[in-house]
Amino acid sequence: MQNTVQIAFAHVAKSFDGGRVKAVDDVSLQVARGEFLAIVGSSGSGKTTLLRLANRLIEADSGQITIDGEDVRAADPVGLRRRIGTVFQSGGLFPHMSVAANIGITPKLKGENGADIAARVDELLDLVRLDRKQFRDRFPHELSGGQRQRVGVARALAANPKIVLMDEPFGALDPLTRDALGDDYRALHARLGLTTVMITHDMTEAILLADRIAVMRSGKLLAQGTASQLAQSGDAYVSELLSTPRRQAERLNALLPRGAA
Amino acid sequence: MSVFSDPRWHEAWNHLGDYLGSHVRVSVTALALGLAVSLPLAIIARNRPVMRTLLLGVASIVQTVPGLALLALFYPLLLAAASLTVSWFGFGFSAFGFLPAVLALALYSMLPVLRNTITGLRGIEPQVLEAAQGVGMTPAQSLAMVEVPLALPVMMAGIRTAAVWVIGTATLSTPIGQTSLGNYIFAGLQTQNWVLVLFGCAAAALLALAVDQLLALIEAGLRSRRSLRTALGGAGIVALVVATLIPSIGRTSSTYVVGAKTFAEQYVLSSLIAERLAAAGLTATTREGLGSNVIFEALVNGDIDAYVDYSGTLWTNQLHHSEIKPRRQLLDELKAELARQNVTLLGELGFENAYALVMPKTRADALGIRTIADLAGRAPSMSIAADYEFFSRPEWARLRAAYGLNFRTQRQMQPDFMYAAVASGEVDVIAGYTSDGLIAKYGLVVLEDSKAAIPPYDAILLMAPKRAEDSALRDALQPLIGRIDIAAMREANLRAAGGDGNASPDAVARWLWDKTKK
Repeated sequence: MQNTVQIAFAHVAKSFDGGRVKAVDDVSLQVARGEFLAIVGSSGSGKTTLLRLANRLIEADSGQITIDGEDVRAADPVGLRRRIGTVFQSGGLFPHMSVAANIGITPKLKGENGADIAARVDELLDLVRLDRKQFRDRFPHELSGGQRQRVGVARALAANPKIVLMDEPFGALDPLTRDALGDDYRALHARLGLTTVMITHDMTEAILLADRIAVMRSGKLLAQGTASQLAQSGDAYVSELLSTPRRQAERLNALLPRGAA
Repeated sequence: MSVFSDPRWHEAWNHLGDYLGSHVRVSVTALALGLAVSLPLAIIARNRPVMRTLLLGVASIVQTVPGLALLALFYPLLLAAASLTVSWFGFGFSAFGFLPAVLALALYSMLPVLRNTITGLRGIEPQVLEAAQGVGMTPAQSLAMVEVPLALPVMMAGIRTAAVWVIGTATLSTPIGQTSLGNYIFAGLQTQNWVLVLFGCAAAALLALAVDQLLALIEAGLRSRRSLRTALGGAGIVALVVATLIPSIGRTSSTYVVGAKTFAEQYVLSSLIAERLAAAGLTATTREGLGSNVIFEALVNGDIDAYVDYSGTLWTNQLHHSEIKPRRQLLDELKAELARQNVTLLGELGFENAYALVMPKTRADALGIRTIADLAGRAPSMSIAADYEFFSRPEWARLRAAYGLNFRTQRQMQPDFMYAAVASGEVDVIAGYTSDGLIAKYGLVVLEDSKAAIPPYDAILLMAPKRAEDSALRDALQPLIGRIDIAAMREANLRAAGGDGNASPDAVARWLWDKTKK
């Protein structure tokens, strides 16, 4: 089961402004069950559009997207979104709802009973390492950026999805929080057997968290593979993307001798 | 002596329950209707630029129509609609009072609600909307669980504005037959009872302030997400509405409704009729401050049961005759024509309240003006003032045609101020009323209409079609026929304009009854 395809994009295209802007241009990409895929690209590369196509927040112009072999166009978009967890950029929490209400929203929409939801919310707060009593009744504006994003992750997991889509989830956080949250999420991903697709513009983050990396530029998929596979790629842009983390790593190694700090 | 021992305060207090209750009922109903229409429209239009522009444009135009005109417009509109439903579906409805007031006020309330709802909904961050969609909300769930709750503080601010506008404008619904706090203001203006005017204004302002503060409490509760405040504000509004409903539940419904137009003589006469009905053991109430055109339609439709009109007014305005007949003949023909509409002309009260051109006696003597014909030569260098309707009435056209009258300027004035204005030389001539007591008080003289251009204006008592066979009403009113002569009416009018404790229409009506005892 481990290597069966969970999400598949086949020759998918999407343009905006009456065809003038090709946001996604003939992209074919597969994500295996249990895999952590990072899609890397600069802004305007089409990576966010690709993600939104998967849960039909926008509809593809052509090509086919399947989840577990089922064409998403055949699925009810609302039901589809309830089955897929989504973590939004800087949280996307509902400012008028408490942490508990935010986390419990999808189960509530699915009509689960209140006691079950409350129990699930506490469980999820534990999972994302937020103190139940302290955070349950707070409102988003009373949380730090990192806490907000932890709640965002908890909300995405609330309906027990097998797939989680993440749109630059840690982009707006300070480096320490970002690192801690990334590691915590990676552990959750493994523990819950999730299939995760994460959008990021940060190659270092992608290398450190993901099993496989897809590189996008101007709507096209340039390359995909593990970090070492990408390193073999002859593409100049991919090499350039990889050169930054490598250079940083070398400099850090030089500046921070082992055993120190 | 304290100001509050003035009997006018007492009189004002006695009406407060009725006026305030009606005011709150009409305002709340209008606001509820306005919200019921505006909120869905705003929600539908929020993502449709063309509809949005159109909607806000129309609502803005409505807002520029003066409140009084908007209210008055709904009366003929509803009359037409009612006659349509009668011919199509076999039932009609009253185009008088509550319904036109509610519709006009609801229309008036729409702009701030539409604007704020659209602004509030459009101001929500796109990330939040996307998150709502992303967690699996249907468009309806997104609207109910995310968009409306987030836009609510802005929406509430619009609702507050609408509430204050509606409560303020509702005072203008008195002339179309809806009892409101405006009854104080209109009655006070007509009888120069400034205590009443002040009382009405203060009551309306306090009501608006109270409702605004309660809504502000709800708004603050919503903004800070404290449900206690929201609940308190909501409870306050509910309590207010319930409180105004209680007196109307406990009140016995009056059997007879006596109408009155918008001037002091009419207030006195309607009081007199109501007192006569009460003396005959009938329950009666008065509907005051009705527009001259509204009141006759209201009688025909049975919204009021009886009132006093003037033969010439009905002859020219309601029956649209342009030729003028001698007094007796005009009355007979009027009676016959009214009977065709099933309206009973019970008889004449005994005095005439005609339009007449009036100027200070000393000035008239000095200029050698005795008749309107004498005046015509001087008119081009003179100014004339009249009430709001005179210059658009056929009498004015007839006067001008008969005498070739052409004044330098024409001014419209509150009738009570005209006499003082002509006495002080502010204007040269006024179109006054022959039964007005101020003519004698200010030493004015009525210019003779030798060509009989102005029709006779006998005060006549009318009964609604549905009361045509009502002998109890007929018997109660009969003693008034031929009872009131011009001298008595002039003095009564002068007393009504006296501005003291004995000037209330009820007090003057009692005085008039005793005075005319035979």
